[in-house]
Amino acid sequence: MVRLLQIEFIKLWNNRASKVLIVSYFVLLCSIALVAAVKFDIGPIQFHLAEQGIFNFPYIWHFNSFITAFFKLFLAIVIVSMMANEYSNKTIKQNLIDGLSKKEFILSKFLTVISFALISTVFVFVVSLILGLFYSDFNEIGIIFSGLEFLLAFFVKLVGFFSFCLFLGILVKRSAFALGFLILWQIFESFIRGIIRWRFFDGETTDMIMGFFPLNAMWNLIKEPFTRLSAVQTAVNQMGEEIVLNYNVHWYEILIVLTWTAVFIYGSYALLKKRDL
Amino acid sequence: MSIILTVNHLTKKFGYLTAVKDLSFTIEKGNVYGILGPNGSGKSTTLGIVLNVVNKTQGDFSWFDGTTTTHQALKKVGAIIERPNFYPYMTAIQNLKLVCKIKEVSESKIEEKLELVGLLDRKNSKFRTYSLGMKQRLAIASALLNDPEILILDEPTNGLDPQGIHQIREIIKKIASQGTTILLASHLLDEVEKVCSHVIILRKGEKLYSGRVDGLLASHGFFELKTNDLEHLKIYLEKHASFGQVKLENGCITAFLKEEMNAGELNKTLFDQGITLSHLVKRKESLEEQFLTLTKNKSN
Repeated sequence: MVRLLQIEFIKLWNNRASKVLIVSYFVLLCSIALVAAVKFDIGPIQFHLAEQGIFNFPYIWHFNSFITAFFKLFLAIVIVSMMANEYSNKTIKQNLIDGLSKKEFILSKFLTVISFALISTVFVFVVSLILGLFYSDFNEIGIIFSGLEFLLAFFVKLVGFFSFCLFLGILVKRSAFALGFLILWQIFESFIRGIIRWRFFDGETTDMIMGFFPLNAMWNLIKEPFTRLSAVQTAVNQMGEEIVLNYNVHWYEILIVLTWTAVFIYGSYALLKKRDL
Repeated sequence: MSIILTVNHLTKKFGYLTAVKDLSFTIEKGNVYGILGPNGSGKSTTLGIVLNVVNKTQGDFSWFDGTTTTHQALKKVGAIIERPNFYPYMTAIQNLKLVCKIKEVSESKIEEKLELVGLLDRKNSKFRTYSLGMKQRLAIASALLNDPEILILDEPTNGLDPQGIHQIREIIKKIASQGTTILLASHLLDEVEKVCSHVIILRKGEKLYSGRVDGLLASHGFFELKTNDLEHLKIYLEKHASFGQVKLENGCITAFLKEEMNAGELNKTLFDQGITLSHLVKRKESLEEQFLTLTKNKSN
């Protein structure tokens, strides 16, 4: 397993474009801390974002994992191109001839995906922990480490998304087209949602059905955290409305994403096995 | 003699096209094999199948008498298929280190093999800066990293200039002299003739011949003769029991032997008959001629 990771590391780290993207991704993950610096001081109105409770434990786990998940697009480019380049350089053929089995080849890519997701999760954990310790109003150990299921959801979300990218890379064999396909798929899912909502079911049923589509399932893992802020809720309550949202991470949502991950990885393997190179 | 590769009734179909048809052969240790055949005769497909990058339709093959899996066996094989494939953004050394990781061998041989193919002074240049000849030589170095039991080369001199072709051939000869089994696919007959002891001849995916190069046609060679009275000579030879076909072309008689006879013996016999020769050469058919005869015979 270490050997497979080393192989992939040599391939990625010697590629300048990948290296730049990976480094900037992790820098961006840290940059979430910059939110803390958002501060308006206009005469009587003083606004300090960090003081608004977004860095309170356990809310911070939710907020940070939601925001940082957007940066995954950077790594998506790396992953798609690391797969597609093997085809365009024909190095996949050489790798197999040199004695890497097809299973090992896919496994080495999947392990890389897992590593990326794992390192990202650890990063988000550390950055959030530090931010929280600085700004949170509650600092009891029990509260700090509650709500960590958002980090698990974050990890699963990244693994699922990257596996999807991997699969597209193998399927399409060209990085630009694979990324295009990813966007196309996103549009396709929205389109399907529109059709179902318009023709067949009410909002709730539509949401349930859409929960089975890969990108939607990944999105569902971590719900938007903004309406959970007490400031926002107060404002809404004053307008006489009430927001009823279930923010929790549900086990079946994780299961759906994990199933998709398995489908994508097995699909990549099956494609590779079936194809003549 | 130990068997390195056995191929049994291998068939590969690409849709309606049959690229390899019921092919069987064995590769034994220590020989240099050539796979011959015109373009599109299934050479690369056959190699692709035994190297696990092309899926077979029927039949089977086994490495090292079936004692290991194909995946493990490939670590003891060095192979170059068509164009050299490496990561363009990595240097020669980095690429070879990666191959070492894949083959699970130590990195200690990298310098030695680069030296062998004459790339040591360019070891830190990126692969994309290499010329085609250098790329091909790097591929050979990479294939040799594990000191393979067998080296498989598919058209190793394709697209190279004469100097590059010469360099590659010298390297192949050097490797062959060290006792490594070599399997060389090529459509260049003189290339195979120069380095191979055994040949497998394919045409449209079918095997026409496999065995020793000199046993390709059970022929005893032929004489090229010139004399003043060609007609007289021709009539004499046609009556002679040792000769088969006798041809008169461009003032030169070509007489094919049916049994072994040396040139001195013929010269003496003819002189006794009152025929003095001005030109006498005994030759074996070149591989090219044998190949053409063979492919022609089979197509009739």
